[in-house]
Amino acid sequence: MTPAFLYALIGSALFALGLYGLIVHAHLLRKILALNVMGSGVFLVLGGLAGRTPQGAPDPVPHAMVITGIVVAVAATALALVLMLRVRATTGRTVLPDGRGN
Amino acid sequence: MEPATAASNWGVAIILLPLAGALLAFLFRRAATRIGIGAAVATSLAAAALARTVIRDGTMHHAVGGWGAPLGIDLRADGLSVLMLIMTATVGLAISLYAPAYFRGESRKPEQFWPLWLFLWTGLNALFLSADIFNLYVTLELLGLAAVALTALSGRADALTGAMRYLLATLLGSLAYLLGVALLYHGFGSVDIAVLAERVEATPVVWTALGLMCAGLLLKTALFPLHFWLPPAHSSAPVPVSALLSALVVKASFYILLRLWLEIFAPLVGDGVGELLGLLGAGAVLWGSIQALRQTRLKMLIAYSTVAQLGYFFLAFPLAVAAGVTAWSAAAYLALSHALAKAAMFLAAGNLIRFGGHDRIADLDRVVQRLPLTVGAFALAGVSSMGLPPSGGFIGKWLLLEAAIAQGRWDLVGVMFLGGLLVAAYIFKVLGYAFTQANVLHESRAVPASMEWAALLLAIGAILLGFMASPVLALLGVGDPFNAVETMG
Amino acid sequence: MSNKTAKLKTDEDERFAPFLRLLTALLVSGVAAGLAYAVLSLPHVATGLNDAVGDRLALSGVDHPVTAVLLNFRGYDTLLEMVVLLLVLVGVWSLSVAPSEHEAEAGAVLDYLVRFLVPLMILIAAYLLWVGAHAPGGAFQAGAVMSAAGVLLVLSGRRLPGSLAGWPLRLTLVAGVAVFTAVAAGVMSTGASLLEYPSQWAGVLILLIEATATLSIGATLAALFLGGRPEDGP
Repeated sequence: MTPAFLYALIGSALFALGLYGLIVHAHLLRKILALNVMGSGVFLVLGGLAGRTPQGAPDPVPHAMVITGIVVAVAATALALVLMLRVRATTGRTVLPDGRGN
Repeated sequence: MEPATAASNWGVAIILLPLAGALLAFLFRRAATRIGIGAAVATSLAAAALARTVIRDGTMHHAVGGWGAPLGIDLRADGLSVLMLIMTATVGLAISLYAPAYFRGESRKPEQFWPLWLFLWTGLNALFLSADIFNLYVTLELLGLAAVALTALSGRADALTGAMRYLLATLLGSLAYLLGVALLYHGFGSVDIAVLAERVEATPVVWTALGLMCAGLLLKTALFPLHFWLPPAHSSAPVPVSALLSALVVKASFYILLRLWLEIFAPLVGDGVGELLGLLGAGAVLWGSIQALRQTRLKMLIAYSTVAQLGYFFLAFPLAVAAGVTAWSAAAYLALSHALAKAAMFLAAGNLIRFGGHDRIADLDRVVQRLPLTVGAFALAGVSSMGLPPSGGFIGKWLLLEAAIAQGRWDLVGVMFLGGLLVAAYIFKVLGYAFTQANVLHESRAVPASMEWAALLLAIGAILLGFMASPVLALLGVGDPFNAVETMG
Repeated sequence: MSNKTAKLKTDEDERFAPFLRLLTALLVSGVAAGLAYAVLSLPHVATGLNDAVGDRLALSGVDHPVTAVLLNFRGYDTLLEMVVLLLVLVGVWSLSVAPSEHEAEAGAVLDYLVRFLVPLMILIAAYLLWVGAHAPGGAFQAGAVMSAAGVLLVLSGRRLPGSLAGWPLRLTLVAGVAVFTAVAAGVMSTGASLLEYPSQWAGVLILLIEATATLSIGATLAALFLGGRPEDGP
């Protein structure tokens, strides 16, 4: 079990855990955090498996992709948080109307 | 380092023009509308120019940075891409002509709408030209986030919750897609579609990636039963936004799914996955149409109609096994006609709302007398949606029926007939109310001519597509996107 | 956002019946198992694009492979991602107005710390930007540190004066994408492809793009933290 595969397995677990949290929790902040956990899982898989190179240096392309992905995830989280605050401001609650926002 | 060809230049222009427009509209807020319209016209002209050069010279290839796949990112425009770009340009131009009158008088909306809309258009064009699955992820996010921000533009509670639900769904879809990309890269060492097409074999990695990417893209395309986010979002968005969401944004993820299916996955998977997609598509057609019939509000009806019409595209998947080119051409034709017709419907609905101040179907008071252009637009769009001749919808459904009958798929034929009947039912329901007097009379507001004409021109476009089967199908053949000729080595 | 966050555990969560939770847990375990199986089936050793990058690194204008991929080989992705960041800012600005500066008052410790740290952080950001050419670093890392400096300033109650919150701010936000796009398209005037830097100029162009990107990213992230458009901007 090389470190690369360990990271990838942990990433898979995070993806699944985040998915559970996203579906099950009703509070919007928890859903957003669950999406973040899922995102971290995906980045771990993408970046971790880059370490399987025979030489010392890891494959740089997945690392660059992870950097891109992190920026996109930060942007998406920012939009989600502001939208959540606006939902709270206009409806008074931080859940989606019929509960199952999924 | 290959020299950039004319097609390449137009391909790059079609991505950078709306981007430049968005930046300028953000900087020069007071001139946002003028900049927006200018960018829309320029982008549409670039689309036309690209189409001309691709028809003349064949598929466009452009290696960004000069590096070429698998190290760099490739842009590619074959017939299918160009068709999608023309669809985007047509609907985009119409919406850009509708929006100024729609937002006139609202203090901040124009300066917020135009940058967001132009960024979205940039994302769409970049998506249709990209040949790299990670690049497609970035364009998908660009598209999705812009769409969410546009949905929430009105600031009303229903729009905000609709946008929030849309955002959660679209992010989930993107993450599933990205995980699939990660698996494909680590399995086969590239994220370029052409390179992957050569290297993939039927391994657990590919099956998992297929499942993830399909699930993510189906969620974004709102295929039944993953459609829950679409009706609230599309019905609560501002009218021009609803039009572009239903007409363009959902087509983008469908396009990616189609590409991945055609190039990478179809040779490897059995018939089962195609049948499943067809089954879900049938479910969408029937369930979406039934729900549309039950709606009391016009925009919700049109949104559910989108759910139903999207199902038709997926009927091509089981049919493509034996009649590939016909079935896929049908799906592409339906996508194009639906884009024009659905956008026309939403814009027409917007005119009715502007006129009467509400969108309750039962209270549409004899609008045919006061807004004949709008009701005409709705009726023509309805003709295309029902699949009556002459219209683009008819051509698409005809091709699909042809493929189904040839393979003896009477179950799918039945679904299509039933679907057509249901569409007719709700279209005529709306038109019926538009011709009769309402119980409660409302004050009416004038509807600007540009708004009426934008709707009508789009609807006429959907009808004209019924006469353009030959050139459109010829365009679809450029670059052989549907693998009519078996060239897999 | 004071004690309202204490209500995070609401009774809404109880709406999701235990049976459905179990079902979801089963579904999710299935997903995890499938993923694990797929991951473990991958070959233990794989070079990916390592060699391809290594071969062309000398042509890229920088010495660090990740920076080369980000700003040269796959620079188009980076351009689009910067567009995403800017787009989200426009979206956030369309949604809400930033809270006024009177809502946060800095205590003495925070105030002193901010005066001390912010110039240091700016220096570190500049270093990160420069070192990205031959070690881990670059525009995004530097931009993140810059934005952290901006966040510290916001937390200590400072805001941009009105004169700077209009045009100067917007220009700074747009500069990164604008310069990147201008360079990307500009190089095509010699008949090259999009983003195909002439090899002698590649290093300089990349530094130029990264420098403006750092400023833009820093400003954008800090503005996102603020969470809304400037009050009645000009």
